[in-house]
Amino acid sequence: MIKQQFEVPGKYKKWTYGLLAVGLVAFLAGIFLLGLSDDSHDKTRFWSGLLLNSLYFLMICNACMFFIAINILGHSSWQTTFRRIPEAISAVVPVFAVISLIVFIAIIFGHHHHIYHWIDKEAVANDKILSWKKGFLNPTFFFVWTVITLGVWILVGRKLRQLSVQTDAGEITGEEARRYIWNNTVWAGIFVVFFALTTGSTIPWLWLMSIDAHWYSTMYSWYTFMSSFVGGLSLIALFVVFLKNQGYLEHTTKEQLHDIGKYIFAFSIFWAYLWFSQFMLIWYANIPEETVYFKPRLQGAYSAIFWINFIINFIAPILILMTRGSKRNYTIVTYMAVVLVFGHWLDFYQMVMPGPMGDHYSLGWFEWGTLALFIGLLMFFTGRALTKANLVPVHHPYFKESLIHHT
Amino acid sequence: MTIKKFVVGCFDDEDVLFPAVRKIRKAGYKIQDVYTPFPLHGLDKELGMRDTSLHTVGFIYALTGLTTALGFISWILTMDWVQNYGGKPHFSLAAWIPIMFELTVLFSGVGMTLTFCYLCQLAPFVKKHHFHPGATDDKFVMVIECTSNTNVQEAEAFLAASGAKEVNTQMAETGWWLGRYDMDRKLFETKTDVVTA
Repeated sequence: MIKQQFEVPGKYKKWTYGLLAVGLVAFLAGIFLLGLSDDSHDKTRFWSGLLLNSLYFLMICNACMFFIAINILGHSSWQTTFRRIPEAISAVVPVFAVISLIVFIAIIFGHHHHIYHWIDKEAVANDKILSWKKGFLNPTFFFVWTVITLGVWILVGRKLRQLSVQTDAGEITGEEARRYIWNNTVWAGIFVVFFALTTGSTIPWLWLMSIDAHWYSTMYSWYTFMSSFVGGLSLIALFVVFLKNQGYLEHTTKEQLHDIGKYIFAFSIFWAYLWFSQFMLIWYANIPEETVYFKPRLQGAYSAIFWINFIINFIAPILILMTRGSKRNYTIVTYMAVVLVFGHWLDFYQMVMPGPMGDHYSLGWFEWGTLALFIGLLMFFTGRALTKANLVPVHHPYFKESLIHHT
Repeated sequence: MTIKKFVVGCFDDEDVLFPAVRKIRKAGYKIQDVYTPFPLHGLDKELGMRDTSLHTVGFIYALTGLTTALGFISWILTMDWVQNYGGKPHFSLAAWIPIMFELTVLFSGVGMTLTFCYLCQLAPFVKKHHFHPGATDDKFVMVIECTSNTNVQEAEAFLAASGAKEVNTQMAETGWWLGRYDMDRKLFETKTDVVTA
């Protein structure tokens, strides 16, 4: 008998509530010490810390739904045994979407122009570059497009999860299965196309690149997308290994883990490819308008973070996950997944912070505290979502193919 | 050239092939190889083959390519033919990374292909013996190598009993062999005996 009903283990609960408690304490202290402070630097630290965490966790959770969608479109079967895990992680998207929206509203209506320079109307009017970008970088467009984006992510994601849960009702015939796969394909297609229009292009421009309002890079969205995708894949790997350790997911074997490992390995390299492509062209041309982005990161206060980011997100996975044996080893994959989730958080950190914080950034109690808060939220809502559906979709048309998967 | 004697069995169903492989290995026969028209998942494990080392070789070739590129470019641009490109430092690693990457890929790609050909003993003008032309179409051809202790009749009967549709004994050169097997009669002096099950 397959264990279908996930019960949140006590230790998991303890960690969740512990992280939430630590995070809430840090968050409340942050409100009083930083958010309500008279010093604009402290206020900026408060809001940019929240912006960083809410966007990072929103995007890695949404990347899990992207993972499901591309696997549906590719008619891939190998992930069927554990597909409820990425689905459960993506069920947290609405929570982080609401938090992100609140943070955006607070930043833009609170006129925190240290974070988004383009909301300062006076500065835009006197600035040639920013007034050229006015059609795109303005609060109205920002909010309309953000709300549409979040809405479609939530609704289409929920539709895809509902389609997945449908198979739990019982055996289906071949004709029904064909119609079911077609339904899935249509909705996954809608999701992927919209994902390309948002995470693949406009959304990182609006949410993250506009922090450095004068600067732009056409590589930026892909680079951000890859960062979040590797983070999402690592999360999937972590939850899969965790559930296996608890005795669930009997049919997810080393063969599946091997393929998750391949995904992480391949996209870590692709991330580095984009990281380098963005850097090299700017370095080569050496135009001041473009190098302004890399100056603080490469040679200024952020250079340590910049290089650590490169080492743990590229050098570590390429060397550690290269062999077949290490991708099939639960300990090594878990270790790498933890490193990469943190590594891409650090990547987001160096995307967000240099603009608002300048050289005086801090990676202190507030940043670690909010990180703990968001990890706690992620664990709490993912754990809850996992209990709501069967863990193994045994009546899914591709389930048998997934059982005999062999790499 | 070492010509060996082989007992060849043709299977037309993979569901029969897998148990047969298990049974024949258990009986102590040495399976030289199984030729199939398409890759069969799990057959390598069933045959007790070890994982290939081709990827390790590929890694070594890649490192060779990387160091070749880095060494060569840095020697040219910092010592042999120093030039000023837009005020960039002479040792400018970022500009060389694409070339280092390309040479890494080139060395590992070409090197692995050549190593693969060597391991499979393939080269221009080298002829390989085909145990059964059906292996390129719809037959799974199992080849058992005969040693001095092998009783050929018994092996043939055993293969037929395991489900082989067509069984015969062949003398074949499986190693490097320069020549044309349609012209080279010497190899076929021993007649092929066909036993139909």
